[in-house]
Amino acid sequence: MGEYSVIIGGKAGEGINTAGLSIAGLFSRLGYHTYMYFDYPSLIRGGHNFAIIRASDRTIGAHRTPADVLLAFDRNSIENHRERLHAGTTVIYDASQVVRAEGYGLPLDGILDEEKAPPITKNSAMLGALARVAGIGRGVLEDVLRAAVPAKHLEANLRVAGRGYDAAGEVFIVEPLDAPPLPVLTGNEAAGLGLVHGGLDSYVAYPMTPSSSLLHFLANHAEDLAVRVIHPENEIGVIQMALGLAYAGEKTAVGTSGGGFCLMTEGLSLAGMSEIPVTIVMGQRPGPSTGTPTYTAQGDLHFVLNAGQGEFPRLVVAPGDLEEAYAWSATALMLSWRYQVPAIVLTDKTLAEGAFSFDIGAVTAPPDHEPVLWDGAGEYRRYARTESGVSPLAFPGRDGAVVKASSYAHDEAGFTTETVKGVTALQEKMLDKGESLRAELATYPAVKTYGTWNSGTTIVCWGSQKWACIEAAEEFGARVVQPLVLAPFPARQWKEAMIGAGRVACVENNATGQLARLLRQQGFDPGRSVLKYDGRPFAVDELAVRLGEVFA
Amino acid sequence: MTPERSAGRLGGGLISPAQNTWCPGCGNFSIEHMMKSAITELSEEEGIPLENFVLLGGIGCHGKLVDYLNVNSLYGIHGRSIPAATGIRLANPDLKVICHVGDGDIYAEGLDHLIFAAKRNSDITVIVHDNRVYGLTTGQYTPTSPTGFKGRSTPGGITEHPINPLEVMLAAGATHIARGYTKKVRHLKDIFKEAIMHRGFSFVDVLQICATYFNLTDYYNAHAYEMQEGEVDTGRFESALGKIREWDYDREAPIPLGTFYSVEKPVYEEKFQALAAGRPGRRALVRKVIEEWR
Repeated sequence: MGEYSVIIGGKAGEGINTAGLSIAGLFSRLGYHTYMYFDYPSLIRGGHNFAIIRASDRTIGAHRTPADVLLAFDRNSIENHRERLHAGTTVIYDASQVVRAEGYGLPLDGILDEEKAPPITKNSAMLGALARVAGIGRGVLEDVLRAAVPAKHLEANLRVAGRGYDAAGEVFIVEPLDAPPLPVLTGNEAAGLGLVHGGLDSYVAYPMTPSSSLLHFLANHAEDLAVRVIHPENEIGVIQMALGLAYAGEKTAVGTSGGGFCLMTEGLSLAGMSEIPVTIVMGQRPGPSTGTPTYTAQGDLHFVLNAGQGEFPRLVVAPGDLEEAYAWSATALMLSWRYQVPAIVLTDKTLAEGAFSFDIGAVTAPPDHEPVLWDGAGEYRRYARTESGVSPLAFPGRDGAVVKASSYAHDEAGFTTETVKGVTALQEKMLDKGESLRAELATYPAVKTYGTWNSGTTIVCWGSQKWACIEAAEEFGARVVQPLVLAPFPARQWKEAMIGAGRVACVENNATGQLARLLRQQGFDPGRSVLKYDGRPFAVDELAVRLGEVFA
Repeated sequence: MTPERSAGRLGGGLISPAQNTWCPGCGNFSIEHMMKSAITELSEEEGIPLENFVLLGGIGCHGKLVDYLNVNSLYGIHGRSIPAATGIRLANPDLKVICHVGDGDIYAEGLDHLIFAAKRNSDITVIVHDNRVYGLTTGQYTPTSPTGFKGRSTPGGITEHPINPLEVMLAAGATHIARGYTKKVRHLKDIFKEAIMHRGFSFVDVLQICATYFNLTDYYNAHAYEMQEGEVDTGRFESALGKIREWDYDREAPIPLGTFYSVEKPVYEEKFQALAAGRPGRRALVRKVIEEWR
């Protein structure tokens, strides 16, 4: 058996997310690729939180329904997951909470009393019991705890983990692999590091799920990464501050979700008109309005493609895993500056807050791009006409330059104009920039394909659903086609990727088939939509069943 | 486009070639010329290079000022220039960042940003062109219009009271608060210079004549007076508050002009300064963070 699936469930506030990451750490330590889906309602204490941790000897990025081990802190954690249990599932539960169940009951209250350990160490007991069940040695268990737990709590956690280990028995053996342990990061963390790779100077954001953890990550690493991290009064202030920073020469990104992006749209349009670069990490969650705030969706594609009044070029990219989140966040920032356009990195809760093994060695380093800077010759004109539509940049404080940026239609110097000639020329300058950006993107892997080429079946998907599709495609011998760039749409690469596609299914986490609509707008047949709009990502097996209906 | 118009090189006079479209008698002319003089004089007296001044405009008649001066500018959108100004100041501590905003612009559309910039003590200067009416949208009431004001959107007259923006700013934590009047130009210029040189958040409410929609020239001429030395203790909150409350933008009362409050507090942008220093190779830092992951 080359892969394992573990579920851990309990109440909010019990540290299920952290416990899940420790479980992923346990498998990573043995050389496995891991993926974690974390499911939590919008509350601070109580409710039911759970994490599904999957480990495999090959690259994965999605969960499956059946579980090998269920770690339950309460009865809900068993009852809610009956469909995941099968004959081979081992259940480990807190015997102080759950009176009757099959499996290993750990008397956690008693253990903590005897060890004089704080409540949060219950997670370590579960981790210990899991290690025993999975035939993972004590040494590995202790290494993982040493890496995860702060020094002052380490001893208590090690004692409690040992008690959990002793209370369970070996059920199967997870063989160590001959592969280096990979760090486990979230999509937000990979995107943040990618932005820094691309030259990020400042990150500005207002908290909003699922992008808050990007703000927290960069704030905690502000000194390590030499970036400014700023949390202003609201998302309107966020994007304006970002534009101020960029006008003065600082490469800046912001992060938000749909509701915050609504507030940013006038700033987005200002970025388009004033040609001030900004990169927006837009983590989708289910709407409309507050919707289901801690769950996932791909419902804002057309919103980001069309947000903001007027017509201006923009770059929209949708990474599907950590390596893409890293590379395309860097690329978005660099191209935003190279072409002086707003760039949007479109993610969702599944990718942003999901945890994955991250192999930086597997990242194809994106091409480096520097902004076009003024050479200091002659009089500076912020919006000087050029063939590419891109005007050389100077920043305030530059001797000999007056840098005038504007939200109004403006002439080359930046002064307001309302003339027929002036307004027309400005709009055409923007179109030129859009075309230059499109030409540049022809050299990037803007559309990717996976799976079997000549099967006569093709699965189209975007963003976080990529890995569920890649795995499900194996059952059909199908090809998978994934657009990384959604604006300007890479029509030529799409056409090539879809040659001989045969029967096509278009998989999306939304209710109306937004990629399908975009493809039709571009003159392509999107095939049949396979949609899921319950706030949860596709499990591989669930998706395979749905695809079976289409390909039958 | 019209390449014959150019922002030009600095030092060649600060009035730009852009055609001026303010109404005859508009108070904005005074603000424009006094800002021009303030910048020129500060450049000479304090040795601040002209290229280190940045003007921001909101949307409204006031915003056109940034087109009319040959100075770096970000002509932004309605109510939103203040957070952009903080961004500019964060990026470059050498810049003198001055927001020209309107009363509808910043007391209505962008009040949140104004309060937060004061609360942070962001090192920027905010000049409010307070004509107490919307000009460019042709005559509606604003947050500082007096009770009973009949505007085009409120033909029956408003029943609400205006805000006293100076009091709001004092409560929010502004470290420099002043008021000017467009018919007292020399005084206005001095207020501008003092506000620009203040370390921290400077706020100036300028009583500005709107010649077309709300001409209060006679009223202001009868009531406005320049505060004398010692009339207010600018280092004391209570003293400033008392003086600020002498006129509430509504009832008939003497209108004090000048600086009400000026104190030193830590500047928001400075706590970020160390991070920007040096700009080490970021990709090496990324590698290090990944190598040391948890």
